[in-house]
Amino acid sequence: MRDYGIDPSVFSISVVELRHEVAGRALLDIPALSVPRHGATCVLGPNGAGKSLLLRALHGLLEPTRPGEVTVAESIGRQAMVFQKPVLLRRTVAANVAYALKAAGVARSDRRERVARMLSHGGLAHLAERGARSLSGGEQQRLALVRALAVAPDLLFLDEPTASLDPGATLAIETLLHDAIRAGTKVIMVSHDPGQAKRLASDVIFLNRGQVVEQGPADAFFDGPSSAEARAFLTGNLVF
Amino acid sequence: MQDFAGVLLDALTLIATGDRDLWDVIGLSLQVSLSATVIAGLIGLPLGALLAVGRFPGRQAGIVVLNALMGLPPVVVGLCVYLLLSRAGPLGEFGLLYTPTAMVIAQALLVTPIIAAITRQVISALHEEYEDQLTSLGVGRIASVPTLLWDARFNLVTGLLAGFGRAIAEVGAVIIVGGNIAHHTRVMTTTIALETSKGNLEFALALGAVLVLIAIVVNGIVGSASLRLRSVAHA
Repeated sequence: MRDYGIDPSVFSISVVELRHEVAGRALLDIPALSVPRHGATCVLGPNGAGKSLLLRALHGLLEPTRPGEVTVAESIGRQAMVFQKPVLLRRTVAANVAYALKAAGVARSDRRERVARMLSHGGLAHLAERGARSLSGGEQQRLALVRALAVAPDLLFLDEPTASLDPGATLAIETLLHDAIRAGTKVIMVSHDPGQAKRLASDVIFLNRGQVVEQGPADAFFDGPSSAEARAFLTGNLVF
Repeated sequence: MQDFAGVLLDALTLIATGDRDLWDVIGLSLQVSLSATVIAGLIGLPLGALLAVGRFPGRQAGIVVLNALMGLPPVVVGLCVYLLLSRAGPLGEFGLLYTPTAMVIAQALLVTPIIAAITRQVISALHEEYEDQLTSLGVGRIASVPTLLWDARFNLVTGLLAGFGRAIAEVGAVIIVGGNIAHHTRVMTTTIALETSKGNLEFALALGAVLVLIAIVVNGIVGSASLRLRSVAHA
């Protein structure tokens, strides 16, 4: 087992012997991985590196060929996930948030007030009665994030939440994420944008071809990645 | 042979003057077919949704059978219901043969596969989109059925309409189990068949016109209502 310089006693989620194959090809092959308990962890890597698969496997949405052993820290209760393309129910903005609260077992009497609070926190209060599907792309993703945060998750997964958003909408999402991280929510986020990772991440997991090539604090990673793959990835992205 | 325009004019006169027999027949038709559609919806919507999201043995076979049953010939359904309800049949003691209830049963049987099959298609597509998100929210496979049905409501109306259209337009099943008894089990389609064979073309054509009109009005109402709701509830 490789030492990534992470204290395994303060992990949020860790996994041993995780492997996922499709048609005999290993899309994900992770002997051991521990994600730190606090801050934001950014999963970086080129397309097809297995970033989304890893996230889905950790969140329990993917049934890997060899599930290995996923351990979630005891201090982590509720989990939530925001997808690259927001999946909004065909209901009003407020009803979308209320639905998540209901699914999380929040009593009906508490829901209305919490919905209102979350919507105003996300700057969506004026859109509360609009159909969720009629919002702009940025507003939709903001709603998806607000809905995920509404249940006060201890662990929040995000799969390229700003992939198709303009800088303004991206900033709004990142501001909400900053608040959540400050409030103690553990964030594990896939991004293809090193700039975003620099702004948000406290540590980085660099994936390539389904394997963890590098893991460590964000500063160190961006200052001088130790692997050739990560160096190539970062330079490649800086050029464009 | 009378010319079509003349017959049509007489037919419209019959409708306009509110001919009693005509309206009795129309009323019963609507009553029978709407009841059948409601019952078929109560069975077909959850059945289709379960086939869409469920993971159980025989599901694939169920889907194949369901799709095949969409094309069920009304006369065959009529015959089966007739055998069930006739005096000697297993349900004969209820004396339902040649009653509107028998017609509702036959049409419900005819329409349920249509509604269930369309529901399965619609819900399958929506489930594919929602599955990860709902799982993430902690909503299980079966628990997601009401959510999916509600969120697909506008598309499901199309299925219900298709079912209603099939019910109100079919003649084979109702004529066998209803018997086309005047003022009792006579509906639009059976009357058209009877009056045409009697040569009473005005009456038959008047009913035909009403039948077409009902189709247009129902589709118009649902179309505009769902359009309005759609723009409010979601884009």
